[in-house]
Amino acid sequence: MQAPLLEIRDIVKHYPKVKAVNGVSFALQAGTCFGLLGPNGAGKTTTVEILEGMHAPTAGEVLYKGQPVGNRFRSEAGIMFQSTALQDFITVRETLEMFAHLYPHNADLDDLIQRCNLSAYLDQDNRQLSGGQRQRLLLAIALVNDPDMIFLDEPTTGLDPQSRRNFWDLIESIKAQGKTILLTTHYMDEAYVLCDEIAIMDHGKIIAQGTPKELLAAHFNDVILQLPETDITDSNSLPYPIHKRKGMIEITTSDVNQTIEELMSLKISLAHLQIRSRNLDDLFLELTGKELRG
Amino acid sequence: MFLQRFLALLSTRNKEFLRDRSSVGWNIIMPVMVVVGFALIFSGDFADQYKVGVLQAPDSQARAIDAIKPFLQTRYIEFIEINDLERAKVKVQRHQLDMLIDTPNQRYWINNESPKGYLVEKVMLATLAEPLEKQTVSGQEIRYVDWVIPGILSMNIMFSALFGVGYVIVRYRKNGMLKRLKATPVTAYEYLSAQIVSRLILIMIITIFIFYGTNFFIGYAMYGSHLSLFLVFALGAMSMISLGLVVAARITSEETAGGLLNLISWPMMFLSGVWFSLEGTNPMMQHLAEVFPLTHLTTAARAIMIDGAGLLDVFYHLAVLMVQTIVFLIISALAFRWE
Repeated sequence: MQAPLLEIRDIVKHYPKVKAVNGVSFALQAGTCFGLLGPNGAGKTTTVEILEGMHAPTAGEVLYKGQPVGNRFRSEAGIMFQSTALQDFITVRETLEMFAHLYPHNADLDDLIQRCNLSAYLDQDNRQLSGGQRQRLLLAIALVNDPDMIFLDEPTTGLDPQSRRNFWDLIESIKAQGKTILLTTHYMDEAYVLCDEIAIMDHGKIIAQGTPKELLAAHFNDVILQLPETDITDSNSLPYPIHKRKGMIEITTSDVNQTIEELMSLKISLAHLQIRSRNLDDLFLELTGKELRG
Repeated sequence: MFLQRFLALLSTRNKEFLRDRSSVGWNIIMPVMVVVGFALIFSGDFADQYKVGVLQAPDSQARAIDAIKPFLQTRYIEFIEINDLERAKVKVQRHQLDMLIDTPNQRYWINNESPKGYLVEKVMLATLAEPLEKQTVSGQEIRYVDWVIPGILSMNIMFSALFGVGYVIVRYRKNGMLKRLKATPVTAYEYLSAQIVSRLILIMIITIFIFYGTNFFIGYAMYGSHLSLFLVFALGAMSMISLGLVVAARITSEETAGGLLNLISWPMMFLSGVWFSLEGTNPMMQHLAEVFPLTHLTTAARAIMIDGAGLLDVFYHLAVLMVQTIVFLIISALAFRWE
């Protein structure tokens, strides 16, 4: 197997009153997208910022291309933070040019502008950008040095569904160039679509890691059948544990055929039956035991 | 690579400032209004009190001392003890003293062009039994506005430097801009240098603009070298910018930074001799004023403008400003945090 591009080993980060990260290890293979998921306060931002070189760990080590993270890493990494202010009164083009001048090696700016769909806003003041335009500019800044390793910290939070899909396409195009991506997100669908491998963190530790399909297969062997409450006259007569949600009755089963046969024998109409596979949302809630926060 | 990064940060910061019309407007309009306002309000003399400088005689010359005693008892005249006769003569030339008495040699000086000097002389001649030997000087009056303008220009430099650097860096830290820059190969040294140079250039352009702009309309005294004056302003601006960097080194709240900057700038504004001379004030206050960069900036600029002093004459003040700049820069570089 190829040596990982970025690797962390037994990272610990303790603050005076909080143990934010408690022995986290994982490795990113070149050309893959790695998703780090977890509820707020799980320690994922601290972990990512240690990886980015923004903070020193209390213990453990970070290796980039087999070497401890150093000056070279700053030039070869592209970072998109959760929230970054851009300078007022400066245009999109000037912002990109300024960041380009801070690096020894740059991506082709015209190509970057094209790919991030910024051509129409180049002479616009940063203050006048919409949420989606702003995120695309921040992504372009993260890519301005043609980085090998890209960190995206909740890049689509607060975007409308259209802008989110648009952003996913952008990330796919970056992946297609063979770049390595570390993505943190609260959106499980985003992680499922974009990530080759995910790790779920809680209380400063990784509690599950693998490809999305592997994780789902490892934790779930059942599906969820959904029927409108109005189609079932006496839900207490059903021979399974049920869960009511938004006018629907949910039945969790590992044998769909047998359950359907039983429902038919009870003369329940299956005209509005929906069958849903378990998804990462379910896995997330199952593992962290919490509602999504933030 | 340093120059490329430095110039990129410098040029962006300059554009950001120059395009912020309210900020530029405030930096230019405020000092112009203060200068013009003072020119209109204090278009006359310093104050309506007569001032006579007296060079004391040693006790052995009891006769000389007794000769002027009756005059020294005149009410409504302030008698100021003089040690340096030549400096005092310049003050008579500038109308800052209405008369100067050389007690040991029984001489006095008045300014031919000073109405107040004429009146004080009449009083003196009426009170003394034996008249002193009369000497005259001539020279234009130094009005209060001439005296106060170096202070106002210096004060404007102080506000622009402290708030323009201190407040802005804290804002960048708070909104995550500094964190974003930390993630690039930019060093703190490159970033801070760009901030210092950007603010220094802007302060000098604005100060020179205000200096010539208001001088055109008001026509205030300028006896020294323009180049020396601008050098003093530049050095003063550097010390204030460095002080602003010390304040901005770690603070993350704009409110705290604003409070601290006000805490530094307001005492300086009132106790550095911008509005009134520190001569004759409480010695404690004079010692305290020595600590403030604004005192040295104002004193040096005033000496050049109204006394025609050269750089060597104000070297002490320049040296203090230089030392303060270096000390502040070292402290801010050591204490600086991106986040």
